[in-house]
Amino acid sequence: MKEKAKILDTETLNRSLIRIAHEILEKNKGIKDLCLVGIRNRGAYLAKRLSVCIEQIEKEKVSVGILDITLYRDDLTLIAQQPVVHKTEIDFDITGKTIVLVDDVLYTGRTIRAAMDALIDLGRPKSVQLAVLVDRGHRELPIRADYVGKNIPTGKNETVEVRLAEADGVDEVVIIEKD
Amino acid sequence: MIWTRKDLLGLEELTREEIEFILSTAESFKEVSTRDIKKVPALRGKTVVNLFYEPSTRTRVSFEVAAKRLSADVINIATETSSVKKGETLIDTGMNIQALKADIIVMRHNYSGAAVMLARHVDISVVNAGDGWHEHPTQALLDMFTLKEKLGRIEGLNVTIVGDIAHSRVARSNIWGLTKLGAKVTVCAPKILIPVGIDKMGVFVTDDIDAALTKADAVNVLRMQFERDDGNVFPQQLEYFKKFGITKDRLLKAKKNIIVMHPGPLNRGIEISSEVADGQNSVILEQVTNGIAVRMAVLFLVAQARDSKNANTN
Repeated sequence: MKEKAKILDTETLNRSLIRIAHEILEKNKGIKDLCLVGIRNRGAYLAKRLSVCIEQIEKEKVSVGILDITLYRDDLTLIAQQPVVHKTEIDFDITGKTIVLVDDVLYTGRTIRAAMDALIDLGRPKSVQLAVLVDRGHRELPIRADYVGKNIPTGKNETVEVRLAEADGVDEVVIIEKD
Repeated sequence: MIWTRKDLLGLEELTREEIEFILSTAESFKEVSTRDIKKVPALRGKTVVNLFYEPSTRTRVSFEVAAKRLSADVINIATETSSVKKGETLIDTGMNIQALKADIIVMRHNYSGAAVMLARHVDISVVNAGDGWHEHPTQALLDMFTLKEKLGRIEGLNVTIVGDIAHSRVARSNIWGLTKLGAKVTVCAPKILIPVGIDKMGVFVTDDIDAALTKADAVNVLRMQFERDDGNVFPQQLEYFKKFGITKDRLLKAKKNIIVMHPGPLNRGIEISSEVADGQNSVILEQVTNGIAVRMAVLFLVAQARDSKNANTN
């Protein structure tokens, strides 16, 4: 395991988020019926940060929720180390809303598939969009992001690690090469 | 923490960390029951068999609801109408359920130790839903879950358990769990219903309910199981109510916000008065709701532990 390259730092990460915030507002023509839902864990922090960016631009609050997708994963019987189940915290009705799902890395698309299932069990959104900080390719499902912080072509022997101050004490995105 | 047990047989064998892990996992599951669509696909394609050798409605229904909210298929076997009546042994019954490719057996049995024995003979998961006078782990877990939810912690709480301690698996599981999590437990019963050696489990023992209530943050009122009285050792019902029944007058002398719990079914006017059972200190119905979250967590964890084991060996 070795760090191959640093892709984003605090400054570039923030710029990406501000740009995504503008793109979300542009595409949806404002924040009417707009809600952000972050996928645990790092997607939740990113959603919160995006909501701050949007609030600074629009001077109005946007609802933020947190989605835990553990119970919707399709690989529960395949993984040797089981994930810990956390709470889903969405305290608003999602029916009729435009939901922007937020995650850190888009890879196979299976997390997003699970997140959409989890979301739709909670109500019937008007539409669901996807914002990710990093798209690293290698999709296994027909899923694409509406908003991307950075496209990073990667090999299968590499992983992308998003580190955020809230969880890791530092803002950075690095590519790690597995031996 | 990583949960590795394929079975839940009792709280005696669990560590504090494992008990706390079940409780925190259950917190995440509680939200599912508040949705319009009360279902998640976590155990889709899994089969849960409820194998009950003793009459039970609330525990069986609670496990059934929990399994169904996880999308598992549920089969109920009541032994009065099964081959057990024709003389099949417990192990044979277990092997047959395993041969049906079920994934989890939830068992209630009238013999202490039955769940441990079954778990030794089958590879699929076994969850103890009460075995004789031994343990009823999910009841104790839901009691602790409710306490933690109401009072924010378990550590340092004074909890009084009153009733037929001698015949109670609920008492035993609660004592194991509460003491491991740092609560101070007092058991209170007529002397004849206090088993020899119970003080070695690290509890205070008394037959004075008023004294046992004065410092208590919570009182867990056990049902008087008159059906278990084969030797006429139980006090008369009215006598019991007078000396040990939890009444409004008794609570006046206790802490104002004392939590009153009861595993059900209630014998109103024997171990608890209706005023208290329906009063503002009572969390009896919340216990029922929490029982679903706790059992969902247990079913999920044992199923995942077994899957992980299989994934590791493949």
